[in-house]
Amino acid sequence: MNSAGVADAGVTGALTDGDTAPTVGDPAPTVGDPAPTVGDMALADGDTEPAIAAVRTRDAALAYGDRVLWEGLNLDIAPGQFVAILGSNGSGKTSLLKVLLGEQPLTRGRAWIGGEPVLRGSTAVGYVPQKISIDDGTMLKARDLVRMGLDGHRWGFPFGSTRSRRAVRTGIDNLLASVGAAGFGDAPVSMLSGGELQRVRVAAALASNPSILLCDEPLAALDLRHQQEVAALLDRRRREHGTAVLFVTHDINAVLDYVDLVLYLAGGQFRLGPPSEVLTSQGLTELYGAPVDVLRAQGRLIVVASTDPSAGHHLSDDDNCVVDHRQPDFRRAVQQ
Amino acid sequence: MMNIWDKMFNFDNYGQLLALLQNSIIAGALLGLIGGLIGVFVMMRDLTFAVHGISELSFAGASFALLVGFNVVVGSILGSLVAALVIGVLGVRARERSSIIGVLMPFGLGLGVLFLALYPGRAANKFGLLTGQIVAVDDPQLFWMVGVTIVVTVALAILWRPLMFATVDPEIAAARGVPVRALSPIFMIILGLTVAMAVQVVGALLVLALLVTPAAAAMRVTASALWVPVLSVLFGTVSIVGGILVALGGSLPISPYVTTISFAIYVACRIVGARRVRRGWGPRAAASVRTPVAATIGG
Repeated sequence: MNSAGVADAGVTGALTDGDTAPTVGDPAPTVGDPAPTVGDMALADGDTEPAIAAVRTRDAALAYGDRVLWEGLNLDIAPGQFVAILGSNGSGKTSLLKVLLGEQPLTRGRAWIGGEPVLRGSTAVGYVPQKISIDDGTMLKARDLVRMGLDGHRWGFPFGSTRSRRAVRTGIDNLLASVGAAGFGDAPVSMLSGGELQRVRVAAALASNPSILLCDEPLAALDLRHQQEVAALLDRRRREHGTAVLFVTHDINAVLDYVDLVLYLAGGQFRLGPPSEVLTSQGLTELYGAPVDVLRAQGRLIVVASTDPSAGHHLSDDDNCVVDHRQPDFRRAVQQ
Repeated sequence: MMNIWDKMFNFDNYGQLLALLQNSIIAGALLGLIGGLIGVFVMMRDLTFAVHGISELSFAGASFALLVGFNVVVGSILGSLVAALVIGVLGVRARERSSIIGVLMPFGLGLGVLFLALYPGRAANKFGLLTGQIVAVDDPQLFWMVGVTIVVTVALAILWRPLMFATVDPEIAAARGVPVRALSPIFMIILGLTVAMAVQVVGALLVLALLVTPAAAAMRVTASALWVPVLSVLFGTVSIVGGILVALGGSLPISPYVTTISFAIYVACRIVGARRVRRGWGPRAAASVRTPVAATIGG
């Protein structure tokens, strides 16, 4: 597993799917039926009619100076809904997550989580970042990382009775088991593979039992098999616990079977709706203001800029940056 | 040959010497405690070089205090804090930090040498600040050291969990409401205080032996959130107190003894840790495949 291979696993993976299928274990037939409909996306939608929206925004807008990322955003995301957030780099996908985390104020409008105004550091929100790796020298057990998701933000020394400590330990054991990480709970995080570590991170994000889970390209650094495992994990969580999942991604195919709603951001505008409505040639052509074709092949979606047939794998209009964006080194350089 | 041996180890009149050096031993034990604790964060935040840089400016501050007849511990603390804040404010990025430390360190050392050269007093005092001395700690100094220990210990007890969170995973910690940015300078101040104290006991050149080596050794043998600090404190205390006790009768500075014990513990931990890694480090599900390490993804 190396950075280059990881970077390929996203949008471009959709293009080369036919080539890689035999070696990776033939994912295409198992991912979904080849029929053009988008499967059972209405499932979670149908059986939970919520009193309080998990995420709600009214007339929300975010702009940096003159540049409007999005405006007039009215979201009503029900508990248990799986929402994919798509769009080019710089379209405000991650910024939307930052808004819901309370780290970025809205330029206009308001946002609520579980009926309460957005509050920074709220335990009702779990966060799974794109960055997976942890510094090499970090000697920390996987279970300690999960524990940080529970009480890592608290001041003072964690005094507690033997019973409460045992309860915490049992809780963490259960979380680890629920993400299939029970086998390596006591292993140092620096010895885990990317897939293992991302499971642990999901467990950490779930430690405070949040009502929504914000995921910023959590699959970007994983190979195809681990992408499917983590995606299935998130899907099970939202079905069993009603945790709404907001999932920023460049490649919807890994989660296409689970997605109820797509929020597609582009050029200061957006489209919101079921994948079958948003991810159409007509819809994206209107959104981008340029001819875009959405192709379906073996149960996967491929977005093609029609003007340039050679650029068949472009899901976004700056795809060259997409690859760079996923190189952790590059990302780190940007953050510094 | 015999002569050298006598210089290194001499246990005549041990009991009387021990009583005389009570202050040094107490100071050493206190330093073992806070050095071992802060070392955990020094390792995880990759601040080894910063510790070295701070200690040189602390040395400059201490030698200036010596020259003008001021309290040496206070001078040392002031030098430390200035260095810690400069490094903390200007050196947010790792590469920038290294260059700033590289610039500060020789300057601090140069200043310190200048002040010592101007100082008319005994040569032993001069060397002591660089390489540690055994008679050094008098009552007012010990008073200051106890104060520093209390401040550092209490601060670390309060900050431990958020600081660890911010160290391991700044992005998620910030999302959880941990004031990641504010914690950095606060930690540098605590680190500066600890370094100033270490300079008094082992001397500026060898501070790393008590602020880095014990934690590095502990992290070789365990990843437990509890045992890393506990072992680190234990290793640090054994090194410094053991070093003082062995050095007692000889006429040499204490630092060679302290650093040798410290180093021996580290080597032993490396060997134990390597064996543990070879055997698979703790229980793991047989099904999970060991790809090299997650860190390779981040390059």
